[in-house]
Amino acid sequence: MAYTETELAEELENSKYKYGFTSKFDTDRVEKGLNEDIIRQISSKKNEPEWLLEFRLEAYRNWRKMKEPKWAHVKYEKPKFDEITYFAAPQPKKKLDSLDEVDPELKEMYDKLGISIEEQKKLAGVAMDVVVDSVSVQTTFKDKLEEKGIIFCSFSEAVQNYPDLVKKYMGKVVPPNDNFYAALNSAVFTDGSFCYIPKGVKCPMELSTYFRINEAGTGQFERTLIVAEDNSYVSYLEGCTAPMRDENQLHAAVVEIIAMDDAEVKYSTVQNWYPGDKDGKGGVYNFVTKRGLCDGRNSKISWTQVETGSAVTWKYPSCILKGDNSEGEFYSVAVTNNYQNADTGTKMIHLGKNTRSLIISKGISAGFSENSYRGLVQINKNAKNARNFSQCDSLLIGDKCGAHTFPYIETKNNSSKVEHEATTSKIGEDQIFYCQQRGMDEEQAVSLIVNGYVKEVLNKLPMEFAVEAKKLLEITLEGSVG
Amino acid sequence: MLSIKNLKASIEDTEILKGLDLEVKPGEIHAIMGPNGSGKSTLASVLAGREDYEVTEGDVKFNGKDLLDLEPNERAGEGLFLAFQYPVEIPGVSNMNFLKQAINSIREYKGEDAIAAKEFLKKVKEKQDLVGLSGRLANRSVNEGFSGGEKKRNEIFQMAMLDPKLAILDETDSGLDIDALKTVADGVNQLRRKDNAFIVITHYQRLLDYIVPDVVHVLSEGKIVKSGPKELALELEEKGYDWLKEDEGVNA
Ligand SMILES: Nc1ncnc2c1ncn2[C@@H]1O[C@H](COP(=O)(O)OP(=O)(O)O)[C@@H](O)[C@H]1O
Ligand SMILES: [Mg+2]
Repeated sequence: MAYTETELAEELENSKYKYGFTSKFDTDRVEKGLNEDIIRQISSKKNEPEWLLEFRLEAYRNWRKMKEPKWAHVKYEKPKFDEITYFAAPQPKKKLDSLDEVDPELKEMYDKLGISIEEQKKLAGVAMDVVVDSVSVQTTFKDKLEEKGIIFCSFSEAVQNYPDLVKKYMGKVVPPNDNFYAALNSAVFTDGSFCYIPKGVKCPMELSTYFRINEAGTGQFERTLIVAEDNSYVSYLEGCTAPMRDENQLHAAVVEIIAMDDAEVKYSTVQNWYPGDKDGKGGVYNFVTKRGLCDGRNSKISWTQVETGSAVTWKYPSCILKGDNSEGEFYSVAVTNNYQNADTGTKMIHLGKNTRSLIISKGISAGFSENSYRGLVQINKNAKNARNFSQCDSLLIGDKCGAHTFPYIETKNNSSKVEHEATTSKIGEDQIFYCQQRGMDEEQAVSLIVNGYVKEVLNKLPMEFAVEAKKLLEITLEGSVG
Repeated sequence: MLSIKNLKASIEDTEILKGLDLEVKPGEIHAIMGPNGSGKSTLASVLAGREDYEVTEGDVKFNGKDLLDLEPNERAGEGLFLAFQYPVEIPGVSNMNFLKQAINSIREYKGEDAIAAKEFLKKVKEKQDLVGLSGRLANRSVNEGFSGGEKKRNEIFQMAMLDPKLAILDETDSGLDIDALKTVADGVNQLRRKDNAFIVITHYQRLLDYIVPDVVHVLSEGKIVKSGPKELALELEEKGYDWLKEDEGVNA
């Protein structure tokens, strides 16, 4: 794997962008800053083996030498890394005594999503032991998984119970020095999920990170590692079954997937973190490194994402197609409204023979938002007969938003074939009027048209997730026309 | 049912409708004919509530309500339907989904419950047969990849599903072969009742062989310059529209 995110970011630096918004970090924390002592403390508190401490320290030393990347199409106030609390459970949520104390705007959104009062209490941090609760959720299906030899647990548990597996695979796909944020994550990650599917096992249910979401505040630097052994299958869901308004400003996660011979991993995300208010204040910066390695022959990794949240999203779930005949897929819907910024896309790195990749990206921009698709398709010398097809569509709602498409294609052999199609369209007044004439109000019309536009991607999501995603699209685009 | 008085409307500061009067009673079919550019589609759009047009003067009552005060979807809720001259494509939205949303939106407007799945499917089957579209709609997106004729039939199908009080058909006949034309006319005739009405905008007399109007109006330069019985259509076919312009002073 000869390339890193940092190299790519440098290449992309030279695009113009005229746009700013501000956001301040809450500095009201107990412990601040980052140094080797803090990392040692994290590691010892978590009772980690020596090699993991070394992993963290090395990542930290690398990170110190790295420069924070400048994103071509994303502008934001840089996080002040010395003012972040890395160790104390990141900013414990204020305990509220009842739902009446919850931000009414937030409450309204919960109601619209049809979330139960109990669930609302959890999400809003009303006095309740969410950790205990989430543990029980997890254990209900743990037995069933254990029967099949599937390991699915928090990253910390995995480090204690399956140290050899963690040691073997961690950092194999996303090296600790891969990019600025991955390095930071590798140094200070707090928790995450670990999933291991043994040879020949098809995981009988969708695995989801549900349990993790309820653990207030651990989302800042999380790490996910999924290993699918030969001829295994798993469908993994990440994200929220409810809107999560993360109080953490910076979210820098790392997700690694490894698929061996004939293995298949489907990874679906619905992301709806706090996007900031209507004027572009606040919100989450989502800088995530997600990468899958199709290590074995005929292996397949498929990313599906619906991105509606965050003030700034920078994210390129990628596939490294190393095994011959391996296959990578990327299905994405990214919606931005108000002053949101999204720069997302994928990278398909073809290394093996007859490798195939498919990219379907649907961007929707409304308000004053900026939405960029950035995709790299790289076909290397040995990737004989590699194939890629990319379809990147952008839909604009209103005339103050922007959509950008940056396809980067590098082909180093001539037996391969790369096809790229892109369209940009404005949501048609004709279409809206047509729907209105049939009795729908403007919002119903927009949501119907948008749902049609993204159908191809939503169809890839598991049923409940698709329903969730639809509702989120509606909420995100509410009031974006007229 | 519909009463238009001295309607004036413009687009981008150009006046298109220049004082138009029209009275439509329940049970009637009115035909509106006129040369290209005379304002037929403009009239249809203004009645349906398209934003691009500015109504500068006049009054439109629809079943006692001030039509011009209502939003387009409210007009639909009140029972106004427009079969578009150029039906719009909506990729990825299935016909069935679209129709169900439409029916339920109108029901909601009227304070009724959403339609039951069974009732909906039954209705679809029945009305599809009416316009000769059986089995051709189910898995396709709204008007996407439809032939011209299919689009027009789909408009009539939607009309049949929504069962409006007043339907305006804007050149639904243009571009149709004779069989399709008959199907469309059949559809209209079967929907015709004492308590609903149609305004049929057309260029050609031939549609009126199949949909027999009570009154024929001639629209020219934004005004109705002549109204008469169905035979007027034949006369227009023969003589064209020019003679009416010379007549205008006399008629007015
Ligand atoms: N967007 C527009 N801007 C300016 N003039 C327009 C616009 N749309 C239509 N018109 C003009 O309005 C007149 C009436 O058009 P229309 O109602 O479509 O006529 P018809 O349906 O009778 O053929 C025509 O002269 C046409 O050129
Ligand atoms: Mg016309």
